Amino acid sequence: MPAKIQYRDQIFDVRSGMTVRAALQKLEISPESVLATRKSELITDDEILQDDDHVRLIPVISGGQR
Amino acid sequence: MKCRKCGRKAVINMRQHKLALCAQDFLTWFVKQTERTIHRDALFEQGSNVLVAVSGGKDSLALWHVLQQLGYPCNGLYIGLGIDDGSAYSDRSRACAQQFADQHGMNLKVVDVAASHGATIPEAAQVTRRGAGKPCSVCGLTRRYLMNRAALEGGYDVLVTGHNLDDEAATLMGNTMNWLVGYLESQAPLLPEKPGFVRKAKPFHRFYERETAAYALLRGIDYIQEECPYSADAKSIYYKKVLNQIETDRPGAKQAFYLSFLQARDQIQFTGSGERGPLPDARCSTCGQPTRGGRQCAFCSTWQNVRARNKPLEPGR
Repeated sequence: MPAKIQYRDQIFDVRSGMTVRAALQKLEISPESVLATRKSELITDDEILQDDDHVRLIPVISGGQR
Repeated sequence: MKCRKCGRKAVINMRQHKLALCAQDFLTWFVKQTERTIHRDALFEQGSNVLVAVSGGKDSLALWHVLQQLGYPCNGLYIGLGIDDGSAYSDRSRACAQQFADQHGMNLKVVDVAASHGATIPEAAQVTRRGAGKPCSVCGLTRRYLMNRAALEGGYDVLVTGHNLDDEAATLMGNTMNWLVGYLESQAPLLPEKPGFVRKAKPFHRFYERETAAYALLRGIDYIQEECPYSADAKSIYYKKVLNQIETDRPGAKQAFYLSFLQARDQIQFTGSGERGPLPDARCSTCGQPTRGGRQCAFCSTWQNVRARNKPLEPGR
């Protein structure tokens, strides 16, 4: 079963067994621009994606009002 | 990956510091680093009366939270810009700011631009030449002016903003790409007070944006995650993306670019054309603030123009 990575309104299927960082590179998402969470807990990007994992990415780049 | 301090599971890896930390140690580190920055960069003294410019975003709410933890007496200031675009962006960001203030028993002052000046920022942008219909220029001018005025009228020692290192590095890149010497001169984590202008400081200027976001998430701070709808094609976001590409290949590059600039700036002879230059003698005929812009300051001139153009026609005309 693939793992799922959610980024904004999109959900991507990625192969389990790879790290979060490798999955981000595959999806062409800068690891510097997001925080990864699993079950609402922050995780580091060396975590290995498991079958049926659902990782949600929190965008951190802001450009709005200060 | 394990926490370098305690060996438990890490939640964040800060590659530029070669430092991975667990949630508890990260939160402690973050508060200590803020305190260290305030002292190292002589931003303000312990006991200073602080006004925090609050947008409802992660940086400003995290900053307000940390300053309270450090024991600074501080109130929040929210400027209601009236940005809607169908997503009620301003209303939702204000709700985040107000909810945070209520939850933590803190005082939030709200200044609503439409109520006090007769037009929202997008409406004002439509009728002024400033920014050619794009609200960012009018927005920046208005926020800076109103924040400064609120801080002066409230008798605060310092106005602080949540600018992080990514903000500063993106600004630096834009200023350097265009060699905007006046802006390069005035880009600093501290702008000292001078007549008509409150002291301004950026206590988060050494943190990466990921770190301020992680602090807000780990503290359970409910902040507005969307960007301002008008910032989608902003140059600052483009520069942030470019810098993050470099940072991915070379951890610490973003930090070195900005912090080396702060060191180098002290060795550069500027001519005093920026905000750090000498104040002009001229005063705005409307508000009395020192101005380089002629009879009126840019804020008063812009908003006088907006009010004139928004004035409803008399019946029969």
